[in-house]
Amino acid sequence: MTLNLLWFFLLGVLLTGYAILDGFDLGVGIMHLGARTDHDRRVLINSIGPLWDGNEVWLVTFGGALFAAFPYAYATAFSAFYLPFIFLLFALIFRAVSIEFRGKRDSKVWRSAFDFGFFAASALAAFLFGVAVGNSMKGIAIGSDMVYQGSVIDLVRPYPILVGAFTVAMFAMHGSIYLYLKTTGELQEKIHNWIWRTFGVFLVLYVLTTIFTLATIPSAIRNFEHLPWAWVVVVLNVLAIANIPRAIYQNRPMYAFISSSCTIAAFVFLFMVALYPNLIASSLNPKWNLTIYNASSSPKTLEIMAIIALLGMPFVLAYTSVVYWIFRGKVQIGEHSY
Amino acid sequence: MALDPVFLSRLQFALTIGFHYLFPPLTIGIGVQLAIMEGMYLKTKDRQYEVMAKFWTKIFGLIFAVGVASGIVMEFQFGTNWAAYSRFVGDVFGSPLAAEGIFAFFLESGFLAVLIFGWDRVSPRMHFFATCMVALGSMFSAVWIVIANAWQQTPAGYKVTGEGLTRRAELTAFWNVVFSPSSMDALIHALIGAFILGGFFVMSVSAYYLLKGRHEDFARKSIGIALPFAAVFSIGAIVSGDLQARMITRMQPGKMAAFEGHFHSEPGKGAAFHIFGFPDERTETVRYGLAVPGGLSFLVHGNFHTPVMSLDNPGIVPGGVPPGESVRDYWPPVNMTFQFYHIMVGLGVLFIILTVYAIVLKWRGTLFQKRWLMWIFVFAVAGPVISNQTGWYATEVGRQPWIVYGLLKTAHGASESVSGAEVLTSIFLFALIYLLLFLVWLFVMDRKIRTGPEKIEAAPAEGPKDHWMDTAARYGDRASRESLTDVREDKKKDDTPEEP
Repeated sequence: MTLNLLWFFLLGVLLTGYAILDGFDLGVGIMHLGARTDHDRRVLINSIGPLWDGNEVWLVTFGGALFAAFPYAYATAFSAFYLPFIFLLFALIFRAVSIEFRGKRDSKVWRSAFDFGFFAASALAAFLFGVAVGNSMKGIAIGSDMVYQGSVIDLVRPYPILVGAFTVAMFAMHGSIYLYLKTTGELQEKIHNWIWRTFGVFLVLYVLTTIFTLATIPSAIRNFEHLPWAWVVVVLNVLAIANIPRAIYQNRPMYAFISSSCTIAAFVFLFMVALYPNLIASSLNPKWNLTIYNASSSPKTLEIMAIIALLGMPFVLAYTSVVYWIFRGKVQIGEHSY
Repeated sequence: MALDPVFLSRLQFALTIGFHYLFPPLTIGIGVQLAIMEGMYLKTKDRQYEVMAKFWTKIFGLIFAVGVASGIVMEFQFGTNWAAYSRFVGDVFGSPLAAEGIFAFFLESGFLAVLIFGWDRVSPRMHFFATCMVALGSMFSAVWIVIANAWQQTPAGYKVTGEGLTRRAELTAFWNVVFSPSSMDALIHALIGAFILGGFFVMSVSAYYLLKGRHEDFARKSIGIALPFAAVFSIGAIVSGDLQARMITRMQPGKMAAFEGHFHSEPGKGAAFHIFGFPDERTETVRYGLAVPGGLSFLVHGNFHTPVMSLDNPGIVPGGVPPGESVRDYWPPVNMTFQFYHIMVGLGVLFIILTVYAIVLKWRGTLFQKRWLMWIFVFAVAGPVISNQTGWYATEVGRQPWIVYGLLKTAHGASESVSGAEVLTSIFLFALIYLLLFLVWLFVMDRKIRTGPEKIEAAPAEGPKDHWMDTAARYGDRASRESLTDVREDKKKDDTPEEP
């Protein structure tokens, strides 16, 4: 395995970690307005209170790793998606601030404003992630100089928008399942309904996205020729999706959560397989694709980065596990809660 | 007027980094004090220290949240606005950023959860451990980000390869990047700046409580920790600043010359140090200045007569002045750099005077009676905020016209595909959002501080007689200063339970 491939894989790991972990807390944000009373909304926010910040670090580390391992892809992608990324940053700022500030004043207007901010920012962030994935799948107008030739309007296309909507639905479902694990009583019963509804929307969009992908993006399954076992992931993914309603029906929400996590991991995997060996495909000329070879750092840097990752990741996994262990179980509102 | 994307991107970077840098120095500076407070509680079992740790943790959390929110922007802005720069430096510069994520942010965010929400979930020792890890994590992140910045100032451990679009700096020696000539000096100075700010911040809030006659034991003990902390680091700042100035004279002589408005030099004649002044680039003189002749030579060389490289010397241009250009094309904006630098140094001197004087008074036992000095401390927190900001402005503006010193010009670093109109849109939105965010933050902070720390219900450890005397003295003291209504209002606020 070459270092370039290793870093492509590690980026996939970081992206998977991010999508699963921040996926559920974005999902909590998307569903937030569904809770009607102040108490219920506090329960929702506090279910992710100690965790959302650490979850977002996966994204920051993904960004840093992309910069270090594939600087040309980092430079091209972020400058090409300029305005969408700026809006994504605003969404992430609003989310952080809404979570932090909401509980600081006992005023209806104040709290409603931040409730809406939390919802809108979460939904927008999830949507924009999906749009970025959709555009990456389609390829964008990269010239021979690695510079994006199009404008922001060219990024607004049906397929990326569909993927954006699909991402919102998937995170909403994932977040609802997470909330089911963290809540009790009437609120939990309400969330039980959310799971069914979000699952329904997710399923419809999943089918649509799959059809659209297979019909319009031939490169999506191009690599399956070399990787026949990727079909196994597709099949497992379908089984995992099917297992979500089964587990909910049997009242084993933990299984449902594991299933939805596996589903997200499978989508990231399929996305990475569809891209490989490109990081950003040029829609103008395949010669101008930014690949894991022509967009990468020097072998020396990739090697040093691999050592850094090797040293750091065990600690990362240890902290993450410890924090999730400490804050396990149902949400309890206490004096230190949001 | 055409919209220049380079200028606008610089403006946006200045705005976003300036805003962001209001917060991390505070969390770095308060973090260490949190660890001290909690350590004191574990050692002495004095409930007051626990109350302090809890209160300052809440303040810490509020600052941290805005720091995280504004920090994400920084990570991605290299790519959005500085694509050409990112391509050129990615091989070297990306690693410290990734290391920051892996080594610092995960540590910080993981244990922050325990620090803020874990009081009832883990043992006091485990909680103390988490506090120490958060303090350490915030410093680690400074380590990596300053290493990255220092590489831009004094590149090392790289070779330049390729031509045109593929021209870039490639890593040759990782540890030379980590220990580039400016990295450790800059890191120590930045951390010290953060510690001074943390100390002054805790003192500001505590002095306010003392003046209002509220939470007096809390405030005295907080100042007991924050004052020596701020004093030690205020003195340390001068020492580390001196080391850094010598390094800059060697490594970035043009920047040092701009710091001092040092336009011309003659053999055998020392360079002056200005207390203040207005360097005029047109006439190449410092106007309205008060100078110590030979002062700069003394500071960097230890004598009054060895010359210091001046702005007219082609030696300030790394690699020499290319044909057809003049050395003036390689000047940073001199007056701006001069003023930022002098504001920082001047404030640094004031911090020493203020904190050392306060320590003498504390030692004499009269500090807390000096109301005028307490008022100064309430507002003095603005000082380190300004000096942290202007110090970085001086560093960054003084590096111009380079984005990577001697290797890449700022003008060649911006994103090719981003238009001036797009950047203008984002600047406008950033300015608006940051302004709103800052106002809301101030409002929430103000309420948190007015609500104050938790009241300790049980009687203090000392004997009942002392306690009774204490209380009587305190109320007597209070009544003599404030009207009855004020006292009542204060009491009401005090008794308001902490809002969730």
